[in-house]
Amino acid sequence: MELPIYLDNNATTPLDPRVLEAMLPYFTNKFGNAASRNHAFGWVAEEAVDYSREQVAKLIGCTEKEIIFTSGATEADNLGIKGVFEMYQDKGNHIITVTTEHKAVLDTCKHLEKLGAKVTYLKVKEDGLVDLQELEAAMTEQTILVTIMYGNNEIGVVQPVKEISAIAHKFGALFMTDATQAVGKIPVDVNADGIDLMAFSAHKMYGPKGVGALYVRRKNPRVKVTAQMDGGGHERGMRSGTLNVPGIVGLGKACELCRLEMDEEAKRLSGLRDKLESSLSQMEESYVNGNVEHRLPHVANISFKYVEGEGLMMAMKDLAVSSGSACTSASLEPSYVLKSLGLSDDLAHSSIRFGLGRFTTEEEIDYAIENTKKAVNHLRDLSPLWEMFKEGIDLSKIEWAEH
Amino acid sequence: MAYSEKVMEHYTNPRNVGTLNKDSKSVGTGLVGAPECGDVMRLQIEVDENNVIVDAKFKTFGCGSAIASSSLATEWLKGKTVDEAMTIDNMDIVEELALPPVKIHCSVLAEDAIKSAINDYRVKNGLEPIELAKSHH
Repeated sequence: MELPIYLDNNATTPLDPRVLEAMLPYFTNKFGNAASRNHAFGWVAEEAVDYSREQVAKLIGCTEKEIIFTSGATEADNLGIKGVFEMYQDKGNHIITVTTEHKAVLDTCKHLEKLGAKVTYLKVKEDGLVDLQELEAAMTEQTILVTIMYGNNEIGVVQPVKEISAIAHKFGALFMTDATQAVGKIPVDVNADGIDLMAFSAHKMYGPKGVGALYVRRKNPRVKVTAQMDGGGHERGMRSGTLNVPGIVGLGKACELCRLEMDEEAKRLSGLRDKLESSLSQMEESYVNGNVEHRLPHVANISFKYVEGEGLMMAMKDLAVSSGSACTSASLEPSYVLKSLGLSDDLAHSSIRFGLGRFTTEEEIDYAIENTKKAVNHLRDLSPLWEMFKEGIDLSKIEWAEH
Repeated sequence: MAYSEKVMEHYTNPRNVGTLNKDSKSVGTGLVGAPECGDVMRLQIEVDENNVIVDAKFKTFGCGSAIASSSLATEWLKGKTVDEAMTIDNMDIVEELALPPVKIHCSVLAEDAIKSAINDYRVKNGLEPIELAKSHH
């Protein structure tokens, strides 16, 4: 077992060696531009892109023509949301999303507000799931788009996508989902789920960074988005720019491997995740964040009360994890996702996210359990709050000098 | 962000972790920060009849820089007179630990904890609390 152990697979995943192998020729002798129609170099590249499109389409149950390659999920989110807003502005200007979305969605919506969009940011329930009645109540005749993520990047909860899309369609709106954390991890079928647009990226599913896709439905209804980048009119006019052929080949191969191995991998990872989570949640004053029934198989988000997340991560120095603690970022605010669940700031500061992946072993999980327990106990020995809790002092009654 | 060697060193081997008897007349206790903000420091000093700090202990809830700042503070306090301790400035801590700008608040908190412990000691012994020049927060 090599240290440190990578348990941050929601941030990014390592490239699967089989994906790398598929990509390599497209950096060297198969370097052609997929848009070069008049010679063999271009044809070879185009063929590779077409094949990748098939591999991607197969994973999510759509046709090849519905895949628009992008530089990643952030671009796909931007293209989908801004593109729909621009294309459908005659129909209405109202967009519905939720407060626990990724910044790529939230900040895109905020940008559109400046351009005249009305955006509703739905709160989530304590378990992180959308309240369907609230969603329905928020729908208006002006609603053109409901954009709600499939699986959450911090806590892993999986939204009731089928029910959400049914509500959107009932009111004549389109349904878009940022499925970056879900595609390749759990079965996602755009038809069964009623998805009209979907953003995802390769590097969260053992593919390369810098490539992703936007699924845009072509039938029932035929969805159109206004291009957000002008140029050569690639990707059916929706996304100009020379195709990143090696990246696209990598995305295709990554999708194929996920399609073939997902069931088994999900079973294995949820087993390891449950082992990790049940051992750690046995510790005194530790809490699992988010719904534990409807969620991705490979994520556990746990708050260890009375210790601070960043300090804790320093003590877990052989583990690469992430924290909802403020101190990990330049801002002093703790995770807005955890706060959206109604978690108090101190519990949000005390959270650690464990993201398991394809290459995580049971030996690593056993090590992670011991290492985390030791770190939590060590930090609690240093914590005045833990000492006060142990003495039976009610911390909520103390007048803290907030700074 | 990588931590400086000195922060790592204090974090890994924190000095003077523990608790003094807060009810003792010779002990001053400072508890500063707030759980919501992600930092709480408790710093205690024990002062002898010559006004010399003979012992100092801390416990801190916070990031590595907060733990290191309070550990360093206790190290500096021991052997100083109360008056000398009043002159410890947060920028001395920043410099010693090479804290980046985003972690300066940790040093500010440590300075506040020192002053708050001294004031607790003074009040217990019938002295006026020293008015703190500025609130950093």
